[in-house]
Amino acid sequence: MTNQRISDDLGLNKLREELLASRDSTIPSIMVCGGTGCLALASDEVAQALEKALVDQGVKAKVELKTTGCPGFCEQGPLLVIHPERIFYVRVKPKDAAEIVSKTIANGEIIERLLYEDPMTGEKIVHETDVPFYKEQTRILLKNSGLIDPRRIEDYIAVGGYKALNKALFEMTPQEVIDEVKRSGLRGRGGAGFSTGVKWELCRKAKGDTKYIICNADEGDPGAFQDRGLIEGNPHSILEGIMIGAYAIGASKCFVYIRHEYPLAVELISFAVQQAREYGLLGEDILGSGFDLDIVIQLGAGAFVCGEETALMASIEGRIGEPRARPPYPAQSGLWGKPTNINNVKTWAWIPHIINNGAEWFTQMGTEKSKGTTIFSVVGNVKNTGLVEVPMGISIRRLIEDIGGGASNGNKLKAVQTGGPSGGCIPESLWHLPVDYDSLREAGSIMGSGGMIVMDESTCMVDVARYFLEFSKFESCGKCSACREGVRRMYEILDYITRGYGEEGDIELLESLGQAVKTGSLCGLGQTAPNPVLTTIRYFRDEYEAHIKEKRCPAGVCKELITFYIVPEKCPGCSLCARYCSEDAISGEKGQPYVIDPNKCGRCGVCREVCNFDAVIVE
Amino acid sequence: MEIEISKVDAILDKHGLAEQGLIPSLLEIQDTYHYLPPGALTRVAERMKIPAIRVHQVAEFYKAFSLEPRGKHIITVCLGTACHVRGAEYLVDQIGRILDITPGATTKDMSFTLEAVNCLGCCALGPVMVVDGKYYGNMAISKVERVLNRYMEREVVAND
Repeated sequence: MTNQRISDDLGLNKLREELLASRDSTIPSIMVCGGTGCLALASDEVAQALEKALVDQGVKAKVELKTTGCPGFCEQGPLLVIHPERIFYVRVKPKDAAEIVSKTIANGEIIERLLYEDPMTGEKIVHETDVPFYKEQTRILLKNSGLIDPRRIEDYIAVGGYKALNKALFEMTPQEVIDEVKRSGLRGRGGAGFSTGVKWELCRKAKGDTKYIICNADEGDPGAFQDRGLIEGNPHSILEGIMIGAYAIGASKCFVYIRHEYPLAVELISFAVQQAREYGLLGEDILGSGFDLDIVIQLGAGAFVCGEETALMASIEGRIGEPRARPPYPAQSGLWGKPTNINNVKTWAWIPHIINNGAEWFTQMGTEKSKGTTIFSVVGNVKNTGLVEVPMGISIRRLIEDIGGGASNGNKLKAVQTGGPSGGCIPESLWHLPVDYDSLREAGSIMGSGGMIVMDESTCMVDVARYFLEFSKFESCGKCSACREGVRRMYEILDYITRGYGEEGDIELLESLGQAVKTGSLCGLGQTAPNPVLTTIRYFRDEYEAHIKEKRCPAGVCKELITFYIVPEKCPGCSLCARYCSEDAISGEKGQPYVIDPNKCGRCGVCREVCNFDAVIVE
Repeated sequence: MEIEISKVDAILDKHGLAEQGLIPSLLEIQDTYHYLPPGALTRVAERMKIPAIRVHQVAEFYKAFSLEPRGKHIITVCLGTACHVRGAEYLVDQIGRILDITPGATTKDMSFTLEAVNCLGCCALGPVMVVDGKYYGNMAISKVERVLNRYMEREVVAND
């Protein structure tokens, strides 16, 4: 590794050539996913076992072992890919390591049981590139996640990293950079969808010598983790975008505001900043161009509202994260009163691609008003959960059924929730809609940061609404009374309904309260908090009515309204449920159907979970 | 809890005494002591020359901070939407049943604190729980006791 500062525009190309020349593409390399998802499935132990197996079998020098970031297919983790053939192994365990080295690495033999099986066709798939989950995607931002080691800047440089920075600094004026971004039509990926180029220009033209830029990595929407995935997979792509943006805007300091709940992402982006500094890509006189920039990593302290830009800036300044009224917009008066430009992680990550390939290339993807691709986290009751990158305008149905693989357990899917606590639930009947900023807004939801939570018939929509309101009630900063009191009241009404105390007129009351909260709140949190309630009422009114009029939860979720029950015809009397029951509520004789005593039952659900015969149901 | 002033001072010096350093300093103090001891907060206010009420305001506002001492092991259950639709509430109930605590509370013997968070970003593996930084993906109600036992046993060994 060279630790030399690169001091001119040619140095980077030279380094890239050297890196590529020093690589032997015939050496097999094993890529193990080390993203938070796979780590939760102990991929670190897999990597250690592989390391040991390589040493034990005396082939360590002939094989490259890499821990990469998240390639997105979290459902099948821990993931392992062997290059150059791109043999794809899923759900790898430490005990598989020795066999992988002795069979696949040494003899090119494929281990059948580690292959991914297409749930549609039952076919075993050998190569990563043939997996439908990846094949249907257009992976640009995610292309290198899973190919490069996020801890090695050299890996990023070798795949063409920092080329765009070189181009911007030496071949383009700041105005030309802004014009290119404007022409591309890139809209902010944080959810609001404002034109990035226009935003940059406002900040560039604002009066003042000191200007700041901020990378918003406070990914607070529950159910969304694309920012985390991108940072853990390819942190330098974000830094490169920031550098180009700072050059265009005329800023010399950037804050990356990132949640402390993402410890691995924090570690990786901090490390990337340090490496970039060592190479002379950050600091003073970057690449000898005369342009200075430094990046500071600032941790969020667990407040959802800090994803809102004015609250975020208050938090960086060391105050409580309360939003303030706009105007003045951050471009006029932001951090410490100076002009400030804030963009989301994915927006920054787009910039190098746009500078490298040009605005025209970018505009060819997506729809008329929403250009490019975007990353969704497809999660919930769907088969293939993970990060998915698709062109804007793809239909919701294609996203969920073709890429997501449809329902995870044979249940009927009924809705998808987008946009987190600010978004809404879109029923299955509207899944022909294209995914873009404007169509989702018309349907009552928003694009948000790209979380897509798929819900099936076992999800109660009233409970979902209650869940989101509980979230917003907890996260409301308390500044506006409409949000502080109104959201609380809406939550209480929903809570009563789910517990069987709903009354006639509650639905109408929720609707009018919802409108009042929307009108009376200063920031996005309050203005959008009623959305989950209003959309579920709009599309699933019958479920509300069943709770209120019949005191019944059709999905079998709301605990006060359900009874666990064993179907005698299905129960072979294995006694497993009775052994797990902590309330001694299940009794019976071995070999005979068991019975649950509803008076003793604590409704913990363990009997239903452990039953191998689907004999436990709720009524 | 006795705090070492020098430790707090070192943290403050690292993050600077300007107001901007307040949240990073508090985060590190929280990491060190698992909560914000009153003595540390007083020291922060003194050194940074800001009113103690300002320090408390920030400590109260952000959810990462705890003003109460916390248990030896921290259990975090993700209640993000994806985990919610896959039954994360059942995990919270089950932990509560085994340890007799609710989210935010600590067991009487100070061995476990239960926390609920809004999203850990491993939505694809929901429901997820984390104990002392170790992630347990695809959790099930029936697995909770086994996971907790690992930490309880360690406790017994340590007390021998």
